[in-house]
Amino acid sequence: MRIAGKGLIDRSKAVTFRFDGRSYQGFQGDTVASALLANGQKLMGRSFKYHRPRGVLTAGSEEPNALVTVGRGAEADPNVRATVQEIYDGLEVRSQNAWPSLDFDVMAVNDLAAPFLGAGFYYKTFMWPAKFWEAVYEPIIRRAAGLGALSGKHDQDRYERAYAFCDLLVIGGGPTGLMAALTAARAGADVILADEDARMGGRLNAETGVIGHQPGHAWAADMVAELSAMPNVRLMTRTTVTGAYDGGMYGALERVNHHGARRANLPLETFWRIHARRSILAAGALERPVAFQNNDRPGVMTAGAVRAYLNRWGVSPGKHVTVFGNNDDAHRTARDLAAAGVHVAALIDSRADVTVEGADFPVHTGAQVCNAAGRKELEAITIRTASGEQAIQTDCLAMSGGWNPTVHLTCHMNGRPRWDAGIQAFVPMPDAVPGMVAAGACNGVFPTRACLQAGVDAAAEAIAALGMKAGAMDVPQAEDGAYAMEPLWAVPGKGRAWLDFQNDVSVKDVKQAAVENFRSVEHMKRYTTQGMATDQGKNSNVAALAILADATGRGIPETGTTTFRPPYVPVAIAAMGAGAQGKGFAPQRFTTSHQASTAMGAPMIEAGLWYRPSYFPRTGESSWRQSCDREVGHVRKTVGVCDVSTLGKIDIQGPDAAKLLDFVYTNMFSTLPVGRVRYGLMLREDGHVMDDGTTARLGEAHYVMTTTTAAAGQVMRHLEFVTQCLHPEWQVAFASVTEQWAQFAVAGPKSRELLNGLLGAEIDGESWPFMACGEVEVCGVQGRLFRISFSGEHAYEVAVPARFGASLFDLLVSRAEALGGGAYGMEALNVLRIEKGFITHSEIHGRTTAFDIGMGRMVSARKDCIGKTLAARPGLVEETREQLVGLKPVGAVRQISAGAHLFDAGAEAVRENDQGYITSVGFSPDLGHMIGLGFVRGGMAREGEVIRMVDHLRGLEADVEICHPVFLDREGERVRG
Amino acid sequence: MRIDCPLCGSRDRREFYYQGAAVALARPAPDAGEAAWDDYLHLRDNPAGQTRELWHHEGGCSAWLVVTRDTVSHEISRVVLATDAREAGA
Amino acid sequence: MVELTAKTACDGLLPLIIGDAELVEVAAGALTSLAPLGDAAGLGAALEKVHGLRWPDPLRATGKQGLRCIWFGRGEALLMGPVPDPALADHGAVVDQSDAWAVVQLKGLAAVDVLARLVPVDLREASFKRGHSLRTQLYHMSASITKTGADSFMILVFRSMAATLVHDMKTAMEAVAARG
Repeated sequence: MRIAGKGLIDRSKAVTFRFDGRSYQGFQGDTVASALLANGQKLMGRSFKYHRPRGVLTAGSEEPNALVTVGRGAEADPNVRATVQEIYDGLEVRSQNAWPSLDFDVMAVNDLAAPFLGAGFYYKTFMWPAKFWEAVYEPIIRRAAGLGALSGKHDQDRYERAYAFCDLLVIGGGPTGLMAALTAARAGADVILADEDARMGGRLNAETGVIGHQPGHAWAADMVAELSAMPNVRLMTRTTVTGAYDGGMYGALERVNHHGARRANLPLETFWRIHARRSILAAGALERPVAFQNNDRPGVMTAGAVRAYLNRWGVSPGKHVTVFGNNDDAHRTARDLAAAGVHVAALIDSRADVTVEGADFPVHTGAQVCNAAGRKELEAITIRTASGEQAIQTDCLAMSGGWNPTVHLTCHMNGRPRWDAGIQAFVPMPDAVPGMVAAGACNGVFPTRACLQAGVDAAAEAIAALGMKAGAMDVPQAEDGAYAMEPLWAVPGKGRAWLDFQNDVSVKDVKQAAVENFRSVEHMKRYTTQGMATDQGKNSNVAALAILADATGRGIPETGTTTFRPPYVPVAIAAMGAGAQGKGFAPQRFTTSHQASTAMGAPMIEAGLWYRPSYFPRTGESSWRQSCDREVGHVRKTVGVCDVSTLGKIDIQGPDAAKLLDFVYTNMFSTLPVGRVRYGLMLREDGHVMDDGTTARLGEAHYVMTTTTAAAGQVMRHLEFVTQCLHPEWQVAFASVTEQWAQFAVAGPKSRELLNGLLGAEIDGESWPFMACGEVEVCGVQGRLFRISFSGEHAYEVAVPARFGASLFDLLVSRAEALGGGAYGMEALNVLRIEKGFITHSEIHGRTTAFDIGMGRMVSARKDCIGKTLAARPGLVEETREQLVGLKPVGAVRQISAGAHLFDAGAEAVRENDQGYITSVGFSPDLGHMIGLGFVRGGMAREGEVIRMVDHLRGLEADVEICHPVFLDREGERVRG
Repeated sequence: MRIDCPLCGSRDRREFYYQGAAVALARPAPDAGEAAWDDYLHLRDNPAGQTRELWHHEGGCSAWLVVTRDTVSHEISRVVLATDAREAGA
Repeated sequence: MVELTAKTACDGLLPLIIGDAELVEVAAGALTSLAPLGDAAGLGAALEKVHGLRWPDPLRATGKQGLRCIWFGRGEALLMGPVPDPALADHGAVVDQSDAWAVVQLKGLAAVDVLARLVPVDLREASFKRGHSLRTQLYHMSASITKTGADSFMILVFRSMAATLVHDMKTAMEAVAARG
């Protein structure tokens, strides 16, 4: 019910929204919770396990009960706290975990079965038969218990991530945070003030107290106005700082557009990574409930929440309100309500020796609320006084068990809070997060005046640490009363008294955990699920461990608390991973021939970050194999063109360049003549192959190394490691030139013929023999030519600056086509190299040595190199190791497959009998059958042997013959031709 | 987490590549024997406290860094260029 | 003789104007990687002598549009604009990188906010001024960023990643503009 004249809402702006299909009206500034309460709708959700009717418990982000789904279809956002969701025209909200409706939920039968569903029930009940857990029990339990459901549709919404930097991050915009921000900002610091509410001010917006000569909320608004005019201050509203991390990093979730209709390109949320040299935690405190029988009935809420609804939103959650607490703060609720004209049915204080002055409502001291009546809405409470029990008719109970400082962020780096017996709560340990100071209510300081002062002091401390000086600040007058309370965790009695509303954990459950010897808080938490899910124990932690302490005969400090971990509030994975959907997942690297390739209809495949053509289909070809076979034929018979720009290219210069290459390669490069290319093998220090490739010597002290596409980054890092960490004395410089050059393989018997039409000076076998390299003019452009071959044919690689790449590719392809050849893609390239027994990372996959691939002799005896010593370990050179071989089908089944394993003929295809595996396969048009490369135990000595291939995944079996890995032109005549 | 690169200043950890213990700086001679090589390549202390680690500022200046870091508090007490660490014998 | 035609890295992708930010490709002339080989002072002196440019300190750039030298990482600088004088090669490694990088300029009042979505470094005026230059990551890409004027940044990423650069920039520019 709305109270005239109260609240910070804009009553001139009515807002219409829907809840469970029904239309409701609220005002600008309302949350879903305040607007529903104003409309008399107390029932907002069903509980997780027992499907008990629940209303709102709090007025902030700590809300455990009123979780709703906002929006529909792919836009649906489950488990949104109704206390945080601002209303806007067209907003659609649905309740969760109820069927067929919130009002009548059949699963509420769980509540009747509660005696069987207590703590740990699923550990005990669903033990047998074991198979049933996954197949039967779990699906049923998951359907019955739960919160909101995901839409199951692709999330089309836009999320964003961003970085921010500041001298001082102030977390929380209540009285402490505002004072701290202003103090630091006036001293010249670069300040970020973040608050999760849409409106800064914290509790000041929910209270009637005065600061200076103004209402608290008006003072806060003035502070915000002053701060927002300062260029060195950044105010971030609707932004929850969710975590504190190493090195002054903080995570923060900004709800950018949850308070309005979707707008094109505007992110829903931004996840900020904030680097702050210092921070002030001014996160305030959370009020804790009191456990008593049926304390979860809709209409029972925290006393502070009732004040917030009254003072900020002009709503009284009930017509006849009762207030129950163990502290003076709760009295304010009764007084504010009475002052606003709401009927206060009773104030019940558990303390015997308190006096409530000037109360025009019934006061019961030394009394407790021991039960609540009414199912979907509170109807009455029972109180127990010295003179016995009595019922009081009431539709709203405001309860307070005291306040817990919001210490969460101080625990994110393994800090443990300290028990303060005075306020019966945990407070932060100083320096729990380096550079962070906790101030105000989150530090156990509750009076407003003291909070204002704490803000000034904390800022002065932070400013001094930053090497600046804070000026004197006037701290205005404000409420400065002491916070008096007496512990009250649970009211003794029968029935279930709820501690953790979100996870349906009662006092009984915690005691049961203790009885079953789950005495550690961490064990109790996991056994009962107390403090799990979005709530993370914000409302229940201290009370639950107080009860555990009592049940185990220990004090609260000895019992300790569970660890608060980030995030403080739920953060959508979509926000943390923002930008990484679709094309944002990883950079796409395109070659200069990309457009031409796709224009020719080539399907592009990913090779690392690069995109390369799989094959180039031609009219009349109906399968990739036809295209591939034709492209292989181009290279073997005429000429083929392939973009090889993706291979890593590293320019290496300096007097010690040769020394570096001799050290990182197993073979010699210092002896390579200028104008020549050599194949090189690179090992890791543990003796296994890291990478291979060719290196060209362009000048006495100038080389260009090629790496495989996949290992380019790794090799670059390796070279940096060797030159910085092992041999910083060497005079050598290197730079990646992968991107500078567009490089194309021109391969086949007609390759020279093709090139000679384009080169400034004609080449022949004498001027450019196999493995020659040098500078050339390509159509008037300065380029490079390497006579190297990955196909075994007479072949070249021609390179031009990348700007000319697209143009040269078009030219080469059209020339090749004129000569009866054409472009070839990865499929053909793969067949061509398998036919020649050339390895790729399918073979040098990290577990193979030079010995395994038949290159043991490439490890030069004349010098040391990376990996040489350990490659000589006996286990790495045993004749029984799996060695590279060729494989071909010889039985009825002509199909062989990569990944298949090999077994002796007649041996069972099990791991113990494993003889090796196939790494690469292809169909050789020349040979007319499939060929493969693979590794076989002692394989080099087993040529001619027929063994059995079993592909367990594809259900394929074949007889294959072990053969030499070079299938074609073993003498290498073509390549020199 | 942030690392104070001697060349670039304080930078977010995402710019850095982690290698492992700074032991890698002291490569044994080829004839140092099995034990020395085993130690160099495989054996690592796992201290609760200070460690010296190698990080590569791959997303920045490409410098290899020797980072002294506490595995308990995560505090980074010293960052030097690997080239300097070697020359100083530190 | 057939002639080869040249294509720039961002051919067909730019310019892009969204809200208060504008992204354009820059014709930066020749790009040359310079790395001293034992004689840093010699290379610096040669650079000054033949091109009139000071060797940049770490995190700095010298010169101006058309004749610029930016710090490019440990032991490396990038000469932008002139074709390098052969004398430089006497003092260090000189590598042509003219085609290796996509060079763009982001300018406008929103530029710094756009980059805050992509770059994990503080690029606000107070800490990153004209003449400052650094190597970092632009989202997933290795990048060089130089402040060339008020609200104006020169950005380099690998040429092959030009499309991703434009995609990531556009996404950030749109989101910043949508905030209004």
